[in-house]
Amino acid sequence: MGWQKQILRVNLTTGEIKKEPLIMDWAQDYLGGRGLATKYLWEGMDPSTDPMSPDNMLIFATGPLTGTMAATGGRYTVVTKGPLTNAIACSNSGGKFGAELKFAGYDMLILEGRSVKPVYLVIIDDKVELKDAADYWGTTVWHTEETLKEVHKDPQIKVASIGVAGEQGVKYACIVNDLHRAAGRSGVGAVMGSKHLKAIAVRGTQGVSVDKPKVFMQAATETKASLEDDGGRKSLTKYGTNAMIDTMNEFGGLPTDNFRSVQFEGTENINPAAMVRPNANGHVNLITNKACFGCTIACGRIAHIDQTHFSVRDRKEYWHASGGLEYETAYALGPVVGIDDIDALTFAGYLMNEHGMDPISFGVTLAAAMELYDLGIIDKQTTGGLDLSFGNAEALTTCAELTGKQEGFGVELGLGAKLLCQKYGRPELAMVVKGQEFAGYDSRALQGMGLGYATSNRGACHLKHDVFAEDMDDQTGAGKAQPCKTSQDKIAMVDSTGACLFTMSAWDTGEFQLLVDSACEGGSDGTWDNERLLLTGERIWNLERRFNLSAGLTRADDTLPPRLLKEPAPSGVAEGRVSALDTMLPEYYSLRGWTAEGVPTESTLNRLGLS
Amino acid sequence: MNPKQLVLDADKCTSCLQCEMACSLEHEGLFNPARSRIKVFEFEHGKRSIPYTCTQCEEAWCMKACPTDAISINATLGTKVVDESKCVGCKVCTMACPYGTINYNSSTGKVNKCNLCDGDPQCVSACPTGAITFA
Repeated sequence: MGWQKQILRVNLTTGEIKKEPLIMDWAQDYLGGRGLATKYLWEGMDPSTDPMSPDNMLIFATGPLTGTMAATGGRYTVVTKGPLTNAIACSNSGGKFGAELKFAGYDMLILEGRSVKPVYLVIIDDKVELKDAADYWGTTVWHTEETLKEVHKDPQIKVASIGVAGEQGVKYACIVNDLHRAAGRSGVGAVMGSKHLKAIAVRGTQGVSVDKPKVFMQAATETKASLEDDGGRKSLTKYGTNAMIDTMNEFGGLPTDNFRSVQFEGTENINPAAMVRPNANGHVNLITNKACFGCTIACGRIAHIDQTHFSVRDRKEYWHASGGLEYETAYALGPVVGIDDIDALTFAGYLMNEHGMDPISFGVTLAAAMELYDLGIIDKQTTGGLDLSFGNAEALTTCAELTGKQEGFGVELGLGAKLLCQKYGRPELAMVVKGQEFAGYDSRALQGMGLGYATSNRGACHLKHDVFAEDMDDQTGAGKAQPCKTSQDKIAMVDSTGACLFTMSAWDTGEFQLLVDSACEGGSDGTWDNERLLLTGERIWNLERRFNLSAGLTRADDTLPPRLLKEPAPSGVAEGRVSALDTMLPEYYSLRGWTAEGVPTESTLNRLGLS
Repeated sequence: MNPKQLVLDADKCTSCLQCEMACSLEHEGLFNPARSRIKVFEFEHGKRSIPYTCTQCEEAWCMKACPTDAISINATLGTKVVDESKCVGCKVCTMACPYGTINYNSSTGKVNKCNLCDGDPQCVSACPTGAITFA
């Protein structure tokens, strides 16, 4: 109850498909989703495994709230070792795929090995088959998803698939489900490609039960109401996540031109107001907002591109509606590459979804290439004739397509910023942590964010901590370590329930206690109390850390690029400041119960049951 | 006075499927959109999301077609209601319905349709956007 108590294990080398009981002791310690999948990864695989080898495990995990009426209860997490970072990867996605997997009867899907030839996996309740994917290999995510629904004659089938980027090992290839939702970061799509697995098509008609339905429904109704009344929720519904772009620009935390600047003068052309403002042709970018499964927020944007725009003028196949700009796509296809052409950004966003690539990593890699071009380190001979000047919208859309198809200069862009900059002898220009590119928040203006980036187990990531309120109030590093640590633990717990972390503007652990207690077997009033939920999150965080340490990462990987540590912010509230990471990090290690080298002490491991 | 009806406003629907879960919980006892009497259909990458269920139409072809008289009208609510003890699962009603809103349930061997939850439609209270109202 809450859990389906069954997982599916597929060995792509042998073709063996096994249904196994979920190990309930682990579920009681790690909940589900991110945490439970991390435990299975830790127990099932040597952390030093090459991410692209058959020995890497690729895990799709739902949580106890996935597929229930808990608001936003539709999430799943992909956990594996990521090729972008050589560290643990954990990428969360919405849409309807995760709930469908659970409705088919599985908490988790574990993929191991490597198929000789390309295959796809079909899960229709208890009927599970591997099928030849020769007709799909080399095609896009959109083609694959739409064709699989036709071939299997069921529009309700949900599909998670990769594009050519994933097939060919682009370091930041993602897994896309429901056309425009993605397990986006750390190259989980490249791992799927390395297994020669093109897609997973799933249809579930078994349903999901909770342990105490009446209590659960009361909790679901109450928590839905508190979310409805929340100001943060209202903003997400109305403006989407892109509301952040104006805030960050005014604040001076909006990374621009590969972090040379922190404010972008073209913001007004790509912000939420621009998305609803008719252009000279009367075209309005935004069509509507859209929810993931069970979500009462509906922050997703559905947009379309002006048909007269250079990018699609002669390409009618892109005139349809699809996923529109969110804050991170707007930032990474906009300010960080100096571009304010809303149609170019929207089109590049389409290409990210169609070809299966993480827009954050793509954009920041292109930004690094643009700086190399600006410095004269690469030129048109290197780029195949492309003018990579900051602000060139045609370069953005061309590079997005070349990278998605792995042609021309797109092959180099597929390396990610770290390897690209290393190749040209300027590693310091890669705006990454542990090889993963930054999201749209500058660590000089948002100091706690910088600490979160540096210590995130999957490399630079804005979604694994929340020090936002403290960062807006104060631009020093003081008092940031504690909220960083606490929020990391809390989010690790939320990511393991199957709910979305965007509920957290309204919900705290109390709300999760109500939902998890009533959904889960073994829960009763207060079983999953504040202390246990936070301890679960802390256990997950430390297990991820242990995985990374065993994979060979060290304290030296908990750092930021020299630009953020040495070059003062040129404007904004933090003008003149650099990141205070050197003072925040030792305080953080100490709060975590880790040694000065960032290693969990024996007593910390004992306290968390990880010895 | 005409009985109250479900009013479905597709412009407000975000395709969150809270209605499908509320419906399946009410009628099946678990969260199972595959067994929901109300369905949300999505078009063009989510450009349109359209909730749809039985309109309790006056013609009631399902009722007229049923060979075992398993479908009757609830006079108060105006709903067309399936008596499972009489339904033999022949599926004639599913072919007769012009809207596709009466469906065969392979696990029970009977047909399912919306009965407005006997006057308190659960999809209405579950909908977060006001796309489904009862008036």
